[in-house]
Amino acid sequence: MAWNFEKGKPIYSQIVERFRKNIASGVYQPGQRIKSVRDLAVEAGVNPNTMQRALSELEREGLLYSERTAGRIVTSDKDKISGIRREMVTDIAEQFIRNMRDSGISDEEILSIVRQILQEGQKS
Amino acid sequence: MAILEADGLTKTYGSLCALDQVSLSLESGRIVGLLGPNGSGKTTFIKICNGLLVPAAGELRIDGSPVGTATKALSAYLPDRDFLPDWMKASDVIDYYSDFFSDFDAQKAGDMLEDLGIKADQKLGKMSKGTREKLRLIVTMARRAKIYFLDEPIAGVDPAARDYILRTIIANYNTDALVVISTHLIADVESVLDEAVLLRNGKVVLHAPVDEVRERTGKSLDEYFREVFAC
Repeated sequence: MAWNFEKGKPIYSQIVERFRKNIASGVYQPGQRIKSVRDLAVEAGVNPNTMQRALSELEREGLLYSERTAGRIVTSDKDKISGIRREMVTDIAEQFIRNMRDSGISDEEILSIVRQILQEGQKS
Repeated sequence: MAILEADGLTKTYGSLCALDQVSLSLESGRIVGLLGPNGSGKTTFIKICNGLLVPAAGELRIDGSPVGTATKALSAYLPDRDFLPDWMKASDVIDYYSDFFSDFDAQKAGDMLEDLGIKADQKLGKMSKGTREKLRLIVTMARRAKIYFLDEPIAGVDPAARDYILRTIIANYNTDALVVISTHLIADVESVLDEAVLLRNGKVVLHAPVDEVRERTGKSLDEYFREVFAC
């Protein structure tokens, strides 16, 4: 099947996450029309009702909205999009810091490692 | 409203109890997995639903009626065994289904065969097992039925064919129809199902939405199944 799902989590919430990520990162552009429920379900290899549930959730969050004739459209609200992007990268950073602290190093060391890697990345 | 209602359905073969007091209520618009190990009663249940077996006790209603000519007209049934003869060509199968079922969409079936690259004059005897399975699924799904009973539609075919079969089911069932898929290959069908019905020794041990099982147990349905049926 085309979309990969983790084992222990509900499928609909993983679809919601995937859309959030793709909207935040610009894979889905603001104002872009998305495919029909059935087409998306076939693409993802999931039950159409599960896809419907995920899209309704995204509508409730305001990331998608319905237009009677044009189907579902990605929000053009830039603040909303940058808001979820911020939320997402904050999660990633927090997880990273937790992992680093678990390896027993100080916050200063974390910063210096991050700086060093960023600088090396700039050179190459 | 439930389109399929079983109440205390029981079937015995001699001293063996194949179905033991099965009560189930399934609604339209769902894809339901009938899951369980070999010999748990899946095929027996589906055969009763299609009038091929008569229950020893209990009641079954499809769209409000007991199983009979009227309910068979509403039900598209894919048996677990290949039943079409080798001498038939793909086009013969389409004619055959057109003769038998007034809700059969020959145009749609023909288009789907063409998409797969199956030629109309190709004989079934010359087709691979996977191709025959796809053909049987296509003619089943090309009916505009209210209930689809698919008995082991993905058994014995390669992963690419499984993928095709599951996609074909998702893409083609009427959204107001009920689809019942029996299989023991749970990992493959899990994401396609609304609800799971787990059978063990002819008894229903679980009937729940798949996402609810995943949420409650923190496991995939497949992992949960292995736990329940661990020897």
